[in-house]
Amino acid sequence: MTSTLAEKVSPSAPEKARAGARRAKRRRTVFLFMAPAFLGFLIFFGYPLIATVYYSFTRYDLINPPVFVGFDNYVRMFTTEPLVGTAAYNTLWLVVILTTCRVLFSLGIASVISRLKSGVGLVRTLCYLPTLAPPAAATLAFVFVFNPEFGPVNRFLRLIGIDGGLWFNSPAMSKPALTLLALWGSGELMIIILAALLDVPTEQYEAAELDGAGPVRRFWHVTLPSISPVLLFGVVNSIIYALQFFTQAIVASSASAGTADVAGNSKLIGAPQNSTLTYPIWLYVQGFRYFNMGYAAAMAVLLFIVSAGFTWILVRQLRKSQHQEEGA
Amino acid sequence: MPPTTRIRRGALLAAAAAASVLLTSACSGAAAPSGGDAAAAPGKDDKLTITVYSKFTDREYGVVTAGLNKLKAKFPNIEIKHEGNQDDDKLTQSIRGGNPPDVAISFYTDNLGAWCSTGSFQDLKPYIERDKIDLNQIPEAVRNYTEYQGKRCAMPMLADVYGFYYNKDMFAAKGVTSPPKTTDELLEDAKKLTEYNADGSIKVAGFVPSMPFYANQAQYWAPNFGAPFIGPDGKSDLATNPGWKAMFEFQQKLIDALGGHDKVEKFKAGLGDEYSADNGFQKGKLAMIYDGEFRTAFIKDQAPTLNYATAPAPVLTTMADKYGSAFTTGTIIAIPKGAKNPGAAWELIKQVSLDTDTLVDMANGLKNVPSTKASLTSPRLDLQPQFKTFLDMYDSGKLVSNQTTPIGDAHLKAVNDFAEKWQAGSIPDLTEGLKKVDAQINDELKQKGAGG
Repeated sequence: MTSTLAEKVSPSAPEKARAGARRAKRRRTVFLFMAPAFLGFLIFFGYPLIATVYYSFTRYDLINPPVFVGFDNYVRMFTTEPLVGTAAYNTLWLVVILTTCRVLFSLGIASVISRLKSGVGLVRTLCYLPTLAPPAAATLAFVFVFNPEFGPVNRFLRLIGIDGGLWFNSPAMSKPALTLLALWGSGELMIIILAALLDVPTEQYEAAELDGAGPVRRFWHVTLPSISPVLLFGVVNSIIYALQFFTQAIVASSASAGTADVAGNSKLIGAPQNSTLTYPIWLYVQGFRYFNMGYAAAMAVLLFIVSAGFTWILVRQLRKSQHQEEGA
Repeated sequence: MPPTTRIRRGALLAAAAAASVLLTSACSGAAAPSGGDAAAAPGKDDKLTITVYSKFTDREYGVVTAGLNKLKAKFPNIEIKHEGNQDDDKLTQSIRGGNPPDVAISFYTDNLGAWCSTGSFQDLKPYIERDKIDLNQIPEAVRNYTEYQGKRCAMPMLADVYGFYYNKDMFAAKGVTSPPKTTDELLEDAKKLTEYNADGSIKVAGFVPSMPFYANQAQYWAPNFGAPFIGPDGKSDLATNPGWKAMFEFQQKLIDALGGHDKVEKFKAGLGDEYSADNGFQKGKLAMIYDGEFRTAFIKDQAPTLNYATAPAPVLTTMADKYGSAFTTGTIIAIPKGAKNPGAAWELIKQVSLDTDTLVDMANGLKNVPSTKASLTSPRLDLQPQFKTFLDMYDSGKLVSNQTTPIGDAHLKAVNDFAEKWQAGSIPDLTEGLKKVDAQINDELKQKGAGG
C-alpha cells in the first residue's frame, strides 16, 4: 500500500524536468531583477573594498603610481605613528559613550512622547527639527552656545553659582560637548523608536497589568522585547555614526581655536590637544592632506574589520537573546 | 534561523556599515603626467579661457581678479575665469581628479613641498630659462619658500611678513613708551597692560601667548627664537635646539604671569574670529599681537579708528642683535599637473608675479608686500606708516622663510599639538616631550623617503 502511494505521488521524469525548468526560469528572473543592485554593489562596494586592501600594501599619493611596500603601513600604524592611537581612542570613546547616550536619550524622549495626551505632533516636530540643521552650522551654533566666556550655558550656570568650564576648549570636556551636540540632533532615531513603541500591542500591556506587573516590569517584559530589533538598529546605526564622526569634530576644533575656517585648518584639526581628532578625520588628513593614501587605506581596512566585528557581535547577541525569549 | 545564515547576515550588515569609509579611501583618478618642456605662449589674438583657483573672497577677491585681468592688455582675447574660495584640499583633489585649473593660487606655502615632490605642480624651470627670467629680482628668502630642493614649481605672488602690532592708546594709558624688543620686555609689558575684572577673570590682555591662536603659530614665532623645524641633515631635531626650549619656557612664563592656563583659555575663547571685525586686537581686548602686514588692511576696513602702530616682533633676549628679522611666507602661484593651457598659464603667472604695476596695484589693495625688489621701491606703493614697517623688514636682509618639506604641514601640527599640551601643563619634561615631537615628525618624513 505504502509503495503504491509513493509511486502515485512521486513525479514522473517529464514532470521533474518541467519543475526544474520552472525553477531555473524563476532563478533567471530573480537574478535579472537583482542585477542592477548586484552591479551597484560590485561597483560601489566590491571594487573599493578590493582596491583599498590593495592600496593598503602600497605607498601611494594619488598622483603617481602606487609602490608596493608590503606590510609597512600596518607596521607603522601599530609601532611608530603616534596619532593613530589617539584617534582610535577618541573614536572608541564616542562609540561607547555616544552610542549608549544616543540610544537611551532617543528611547527616553520617544517614551515620553508616546505617553503624551495632547500636543504630540508639535513636540514630535520640535524634537525632530534639529536633525534638519546642517552639521557645520549646528556645530558653530553649539560652539557659540557653549562658549566659556559669553555663551548662554555658562552664563546661566554662573547665575546659579556653577563654573561651567571650558567645554570645546578643554580636552576633558570637548568630547562630552560633541556628545551633547549629537544628542540634540538625534531626532531621526527618536522618531524610529517612537514608531516601534506605538506598534507594541496594547493587549500585551493589559494582560501584564492583569498579572500584576508594574511599569518597570511592563517595560522590561513587554516593551523591550517588542522593540528590541529597532533598538538593535539604533545601536548599530549609532555605532556607525560614531565611527564616521567627522564634520562636527573638525568644525568644533577650528571654531574653538578662534578661526571660522570650517573646512578645517589641518594645523588646528583635533584641537584642543587632539581630543577631537577622530579616526576618520586622521584617515582623511593622512590620505588627502599628507598624500599618504596607502597608509590611509591601511587605516580604512582596520576600521572595516573593527566595524564588521562590532556589528557581527551585536547581531549574534540579539539573535541569541531572541531565541532565549522564544524558548522561555 | 541556522547559525550560518545569521553570521552571513551579520557580516553583510557590518560590510554595509564600513562601505562608506572604504569608498572615501579608494577613489582615485590621477591625470597623465604633463611634459617637461615649456608650452608655447598663446598668440596675441588667440581666444581662450584660463581658469584660476584661489582662496580669495569678498574684498580681496575683487583686488586679485583685477590684477589677473591685467593680462588682457597683452592678450585681449583671453578670458580669466577666477574661482575664489578654493582651498588647498579642493585644489589637490582637482589635480588628482585630472581636472585641475590652469593656474593655482594658494595662500599657504605649507603644502609646497608636497606639491613639488609629487609633481602636482609643474616644474617652471623650462619657462624661466626660455624667457630668461632673472630670479634675483626676488629676495632670497622668498625664492626659498617657492621652491623645494632646487625644483622651482611656484612663483611668489606678493609676500607676507610677520611683525608686531600694538595699541598706542593702551600703551599711553599704562605708561609704556615703546614696543618691546626682547621677550623679557614683552613679558613685563604684557603684565603691565593686562587688566582684570572684579572676579579675577581677564578683562584686557597685554598679550596672549597661547598657541595655536590667531597668528600665534609655531612657524611664525620660531625665527624670533632661532628655532628651525628641520636641521641640516633633513631631520627634525627640536629637543636639542635651545631656541625651542626657550620659546616654550617663555610661553609658559607668560601664561603663568597672566593667571594660568584656564584663565587665559577662557579669555581667549571670548575673543572674536581672527578675520572678523570682532578680532580681539581690533576690539581693544588685546594690547599686542603677532600678525602679518595684511592686518593693516583689515583694520582699515573693520576698525578704522583704532590707534595702533607696528614694529618688528620681539626676539629672544639672548639674541637681541637679531631684532628686526621677520618670518616670511606668502601667496604662491603655479601651473598644476594636467593644466589645459600651460602656455597661457605661464603668461598669467609672469604678469602677476613679476610685473611691477600689477604687483603694486595688488599690494595696495590687499596690503601685502610686493614680492619683487622693483615693486618694493615703486613710488606708487601706498606707504601707510604701519605698513611701511613690514616693507622695511622685508628689505632688511634678515628675512627667515617657511621651510618647505614633503610632509605638508604635518610638522607644524605636531609642534602646535605639543604647544597646546605644554601650556596646559600636561608635559612634565620639556626635553622628553620635544623628543616625542621629533620622532613624530621624522616618522612622517620617513614615509616620504626623506629625513629618515
